[in-house]
Amino acid sequence: MFIKQISVFIENKLGKLSKLTDVLGKNDIDICALTIADTTDFGVLRMIVNDPDKAVEVIKETGMIVKCTDVIAVTVEDKPGGLTHTLETLENKGINVEYIYAFIGKNKEGATVVIKVDNPQEAVDALGPENNIELVDAESLYR
Amino acid sequence: MSIYQPEKECMDRDEIKKIQSEKLVWQVKRMYENVELFRQRMDAKGLKPEDIKGVEDLSKLPFSYKQDLRDYYPYGLFAVPLKDVVRIHASSGTTGKQIVVGYTRNDLKIWDECMARQLVAAGGSDESIVQVSYGYGLFTGGLGAHGGAEHIGATVVPTSSGNTQRQIQTMIDFKSTILCCTPSYALYLGETVEEMGVKDKLSLKAGVFGAEPWTEDMRKAIEDKLGIKAHDVYGLSEIMGPGVSYECECQKGMHINEDNFIAEIIDPDTGEVLPEGSTGELVFTTITKEAFPVIRYRTRDICSLNYERCECGRTFIRMNKPTGRTDDMLIIRGVNVFPSQIEEVLLRLGANVTPNYQIIVDRVNNSDTLEVQVEMSEDIFSDDVKSIEKIEKTIKDNLKSVLGLSAKVTLVEPKSIVRSEGKAKRVIDNRKL
Repeated sequence: MFIKQISVFIENKLGKLSKLTDVLGKNDIDICALTIADTTDFGVLRMIVNDPDKAVEVIKETGMIVKCTDVIAVTVEDKPGGLTHTLETLENKGINVEYIYAFIGKNKEGATVVIKVDNPQEAVDALGPENNIELVDAESLYR
Repeated sequence: MSIYQPEKECMDRDEIKKIQSEKLVWQVKRMYENVELFRQRMDAKGLKPEDIKGVEDLSKLPFSYKQDLRDYYPYGLFAVPLKDVVRIHASSGTTGKQIVVGYTRNDLKIWDECMARQLVAAGGSDESIVQVSYGYGLFTGGLGAHGGAEHIGATVVPTSSGNTQRQIQTMIDFKSTILCCTPSYALYLGETVEEMGVKDKLSLKAGVFGAEPWTEDMRKAIEDKLGIKAHDVYGLSEIMGPGVSYECECQKGMHINEDNFIAEIIDPDTGEVLPEGSTGELVFTTITKEAFPVIRYRTRDICSLNYERCECGRTFIRMNKPTGRTDDMLIIRGVNVFPSQIEEVLLRLGANVTPNYQIIVDRVNNSDTLEVQVEMSEDIFSDDVKSIEKIEKTIKDNLKSVLGLSAKVTLVEPKSIVRSEGKAKRVIDNRKL
């Protein structure tokens, strides 16, 4: 149930980001979701791609620093308050969300929300069908 | 301008040589008896104290180095028992430990005298009000200038460094006539005076500036902005502190206090003494120092000596402003910095390999800036921004504690630091000096 998220260290400098997207494009890697956590001097780019293993490989070849992190993804209804139930469920189990981002992907039923927690297995156990929360599996996300 | 001790500063050259010879013989003998490292080096050369009969034998003696101070940290090179040492000063060594020097009561008296000569050469007297804006503490600047000013009976205002607006207010209110600080700080003070529009309220007449390299252009700017005559003073803790050599009103090189220090210029590669007037590495022998004496100490400063008689009447030879270093030491805001110290901080990050790094020194608004760029590596990279920022902060804090200087730390992408022939250039100094 874990999703492999790619994190890349990027300097806040002109041309750094396009260098990365160019490499991915040339290797036929599709970016499903992307977000950047930025500071004054650098950013950490986080992505969900269709082929994470290959992405890590080709990014490494460019000399950039890349890491794979396990995250979880859930589908939430694309309407006001749609995310609250998921967050409350985690909250009730005492699971702290480190960061979160959402995207409307190929999934037509709603928005896909990527959640990073300290211990993803705990979160998977906490969520799930019995709480009426739809966890997204990697396969369907990468397709 | 007056001369503080004309009987010494204007001594006949033959007399200087005679005094130097006597004191050198005395120093070699007592160091041989009291300093183990010196004795070992003499023995290794098959030399006995009796072989040194005067200054003509100086070049036979072994050199000493900054590294010695580290190897014998903290007191191993002292030539007197610690009970006779009344003061300790310290400055940065090439790595880790600082280097420690000590002074007996008599050493401090001589130091005061040397600085007094400088202050008087800059127009100082018992009527002067001397504002010391050098840092006080283990750094020799503050207390060195302080001692000299007290010695001539001037009124000392020990403001130490920093708090610029208040420095200037003090300068105006206390009617300070002589300013002692680093040249870059003097220039900064001058600019602030200009901004505040208070130049006509100053009573300053002269300044004594040292502890870092500066240019003739800087001198002109300082003189103009503060309305003073700016004098260059040279010194290093290992020899004594500020006042090893001093500039008179002619402003054409710094007179070396030759009754206390013998200067030589050598070829840094071969160690050979170079002919008069050559440019090479400056080497000092302290012939009167009791607590921490050195024989032929390699300063790593590159300069030349001027043997021409100065118009001021002093007979002490002059050294020209050092033009560079034979090692990689940087002087940033008056603080000695070795790239190896920075490397050591990075090693402590606990990564498997030392991250690749580059030191960028610049001068912005007349103040030195230090930036350390560190290449990101897999060992220290994390998806979590907070932990990367924590690494940045750790480096910054450690640099501050090791160097005593604030540095900007920037994490950069791997391979982004330019390498020439595979080897990264460690230091980029953009200051135009």
